Amino acid sequence: MSTLVFLEHHGEELLKSSLGVLSKASSLGDDLAGVVLGANVRGLAEGAGKHGAAKVYVADDAQLEAPLPQPRVDVLAQLVQSESIDTVLFANSVLAADVAAGLAARLDAGLNWDLVDLAQEDGKLVGKRPALQDTVYVDVGWTSEPRLALFRSGSFDPVETGGSAEVEDLQVSLEDFSTGARMVDQAHEESSGPSIEDADVIVAGGRGLGGPENFTLVEELAKALGGAVGATRAVVDAGWYPYSTQVGQTGKTVAPKLYIACGISGAIQHKVGMQSSGVIVAINKDPNAPIFEFADLGVVGDVHEVVPKLTDLVKARKS
Amino acid sequence: MKPADYPPPFDAREFVAAPADPEDERIDVGVLIVGAGPAGLACAIRLGQLLENAPEVRERLGEVPVAVLEKGKQPGSHLLSGAVVNPRALRRLFKGRKRVDEMPFYGPVEHESVYFLTSKRALRIPTPPTMKNDGNYVASLSQLGRWLAEQAEEGGAMILPETSAVKLLAADGRVRGVRTGDKGRGRDGEQLGNFEPGADVVARVTVLAEGTQGHLTGVALNRFGLAGENPQVWALGVKEVWKVARPLDRVIHTMGWPLRAASKYREFGGSFIYPMGKDMVTLGMVVGLDYRDGELSVHDLLQELKTHPLVRKLLDGGERVAWGAKTIPEGGLLSLPRQLHAPGLLICGDGAGLVNVPALKGIHYAIESGSLAAEAAFAALQRGQTPSTPGALAVYDEALRQSFVWKDLKEVRNMRQAFGRGFWLGGALAGAMTATKGHFPPGDTRTERDSEQELLRTDRAQSYPASDGKLTFDKLSSVFASGNKTRDDQPNHIVIRRDVPPELARMWERMCPAQVYEATAEGVDITPSNCVQCGAITAKGGRLTPPEGGSGPEYTLT
Amino acid sequence: MKIAVCVKQVPEGSRRIDPETKRLDRSGEGALNPFDANAVEEALRLKDAGGEGEVVLVSLGPPKALDALRKALAMGADRAVLIADDGAGGADLVATSKALAKALEREGADLILFGQQANDSDGAVLWAAVADRLRLPVVSQAAELTHADGKLTVKRQTEFGYDVIETPVPAVVAVSDAVNEPRYPSLKGIMGAKSKPQETVSLSDIGVDGLESRTEVYALNDPPARGESKKIEDDGNAAQGIVDFLAEKRLL
Repeated sequence: MSTLVFLEHHGEELLKSSLGVLSKASSLGDDLAGVVLGANVRGLAEGAGKHGAAKVYVADDAQLEAPLPQPRVDVLAQLVQSESIDTVLFANSVLAADVAAGLAARLDAGLNWDLVDLAQEDGKLVGKRPALQDTVYVDVGWTSEPRLALFRSGSFDPVETGGSAEVEDLQVSLEDFSTGARMVDQAHEESSGPSIEDADVIVAGGRGLGGPENFTLVEELAKALGGAVGATRAVVDAGWYPYSTQVGQTGKTVAPKLYIACGISGAIQHKVGMQSSGVIVAINKDPNAPIFEFADLGVVGDVHEVVPKLTDLVKARKS
Repeated sequence: MKPADYPPPFDAREFVAAPADPEDERIDVGVLIVGAGPAGLACAIRLGQLLENAPEVRERLGEVPVAVLEKGKQPGSHLLSGAVVNPRALRRLFKGRKRVDEMPFYGPVEHESVYFLTSKRALRIPTPPTMKNDGNYVASLSQLGRWLAEQAEEGGAMILPETSAVKLLAADGRVRGVRTGDKGRGRDGEQLGNFEPGADVVARVTVLAEGTQGHLTGVALNRFGLAGENPQVWALGVKEVWKVARPLDRVIHTMGWPLRAASKYREFGGSFIYPMGKDMVTLGMVVGLDYRDGELSVHDLLQELKTHPLVRKLLDGGERVAWGAKTIPEGGLLSLPRQLHAPGLLICGDGAGLVNVPALKGIHYAIESGSLAAEAAFAALQRGQTPSTPGALAVYDEALRQSFVWKDLKEVRNMRQAFGRGFWLGGALAGAMTATKGHFPPGDTRTERDSEQELLRTDRAQSYPASDGKLTFDKLSSVFASGNKTRDDQPNHIVIRRDVPPELARMWERMCPAQVYEATAEGVDITPSNCVQCGAITAKGGRLTPPEGGSGPEYTLT
Repeated sequence: MKIAVCVKQVPEGSRRIDPETKRLDRSGEGALNPFDANAVEEALRLKDAGGEGEVVLVSLGPPKALDALRKALAMGADRAVLIADDGAGGADLVATSKALAKALEREGADLILFGQQANDSDGAVLWAAVADRLRLPVVSQAAELTHADGKLTVKRQTEFGYDVIETPVPAVVAVSDAVNEPRYPSLKGIMGAKSKPQETVSLSDIGVDGLESRTEVYALNDPPARGESKKIEDDGNAAQGIVDFLAEKRLL
């Protein structure tokens, strides 16, 4: 199995999710390479070596500076074909999804997306993906090579193996249509914290908070954890918090790594909006609240006591 | 204290208007049918058949000869019943075109049992003659509705889902059509970015087939003075559909537990358990809304019923796949409007009150009335006729009175009212009525409004089972199982007094199967997006009006 | 400007996977993929702003997918083309993009729009594959889209914030659900939809010999158990308990 992992970067760093996929791939086989594309990115190759890649291809070119997908498809297509790579792995992101799909069309190659795991079973490569709001897991595969896979962001933790990689520079030659789209202004860091859709951590408040003024408890904890604030339908209906933060059947569906539910009973209308969260912590003074049936850690207690203490402890720990 | 002491701020006159849209924005159709249920669709199907052979009449009805408005997401979304259907009216409607075995039924009724339940036991009792179901078929009304809609479309009708009818268009003493509801309003009625106003839909004949608690039906009865002497009364039915491990081989009805027999409670009703093929079962609890105990909750009675050994055994190893609730008009013949037509207007089905309570049947009456309405409308649309002339549609009332619908309803006209005297006395009276085909006791018993019943309070709620998520379920997860995903910022469509005493607010809280009402310190809070539009509130001191088209439950198996 | 919008019919109501075919059961009622409504709305706005043009819907699906197309026609789209062919059943990304690209070539639109994702497969990949086959620029996650002087300016929403990207037309753009609030079809629109041109074509009609998927489904499994659920009572130390728990899970 000859595997290539697309390593995305932002600023001066390789994304953790890409490195996670690289670590996973290194546990599956030996012939593993990473590829970094951009402008002035040679320095990032080191990170790839530390996480298990024997080789890193670097495409360093001004035309690749902007995080746009199509030039990357051109480079990867040539690489895959010239090196007879049979498996290409991506960690999902807006950019990676467009690159993976463009590459699939270019090479007429199968792409399985939203995978959370990958394994060799009976001589076949099998991807695992959740479906139907994570209530069923599907084993998927490929009927031909190369095989392309897009993993849910954060599926794997990066593991440093302390190796170093051989670096190979790639020639960049692009199709005309690939340079049609032009970046005029690249994203600046958001100053107001992550949006609820992208946040790794969400702290949400429900009726158990008692009143709109108590949402400050939720906001403080979210800020301390670097996360976003969520709300239930009941409190949005009551006007305590804006609809844009509503999580649930008639609001947003989120799947952060950590969801802390404060004073939320856990009715199914709310549950379906957050049940795929990595870890769920619930704080509620009603020991029979339905949320305790699916929370990983349930705390029967008063949010007005527990949350401020938690915020202080988190702040202390981070500093 | 009774709910009628706090009447809702509802004025039917606000819902009648003359057509206001400029002529070129009005929508013109030939026959307008409000409601894609069995009555409305039967009307559309029959009209299609009649127009097939009368091209000149169809020509004169314009580009859209028959239009059916449906407030649900699609036909079937708001249809819910038991149901065991008498195929008589379907046979007549589809004579020569479709056989019963081509209709979406779950099979004929092969066996049936009636039980009197106590909390632990089930005593088999002989099936009352009014309840015998030989020759009848088990159906999901929602599925039957979808099938009927397909037939109606094949016959040329245009079905317009996600469209509510909020005002009756009337001018010069005749009905001109309806005004459809706005879409894209916010919680306070403000226009949102995608606001789309409703439209005036004018037609030569308007047929109201809105089902139980029909909004415009109530408005029309008021406007044209059509109400009968006796007020209508309703029952609330809450049901579930389950996938089961073992097939059920019979249709089951129960009486008794968990309802209380003493007359002071006025708890009339029972349960039904029907097989849907080999791997599904539907079961429901039906209770008259003239009950008096403020703690009564039909949804919770259904949950309680499932804990009975007889029922628990049937559901063991199974899984709930659907839930829903709807009211049933129970007044029978004596509560019907004195007339079901007005200039340019016909009224059919449950909206009219055509239900045989002792037999638990109304679907075949709905279909028959829809069919008769089509025939009356067609006759009035012949060359030289004007349907809006007073009396032009009187043939509908005449035909209905000559039909089996009337004959059946006359025989059982006093039965429901008899049960107001308690289970045992009521049962004895009902038996006498059956034996004498309605001649004895003579005369006609009055009905009393559900909202006129004085509330009393017991500890009834103490015996409601806690929800375990496997056999018993809470209201919110049940609303979810109805497919309801109404947007939260819609305007409130429920008209009630908000500053009511705690006793009344708590009664509403228990009554509503969808947890719409919540008693607070100031009175009552409403979560209208939970509403599954069952209509119970209209019987007990409030008034349900149609919300934005497309909202509410999305039933498929009920 | 001629705008093509790629839309899909998805199963309505509660979903199930057919254990035999291991694919989503599409036998029940279907509806327009809600995210596609944003794309249709954006197309209609651009057409309205430009004063003239055509909005044509392109879809791959079974014959009954026409129902979903009709909803988009009721919103105001002008025409619909449905690729319905037994050979297209269960088509994956490679196969679907191939068929759509051929149909789109036939249309020769100035702009091709997609919605944010298909809510049945949760796929957010189709547009990039189609764009590659058509050899057109592609921009995704458009939260804002303006058209002037033969050029599109797109505000693209990514994990890092908003980019501003320009592209000439013809181009392929996928809009995010933040781009607009889709209009409700008017009653006149719903009634008029039936009589708008709706074409059903086969694969050979659009010049596709055969479609081969390159992925397959092997099996369905239960999800892994969530793991032990812990419950603690607050005796003043619950906050510390939470911190320890999060540290153990390497979330702090």
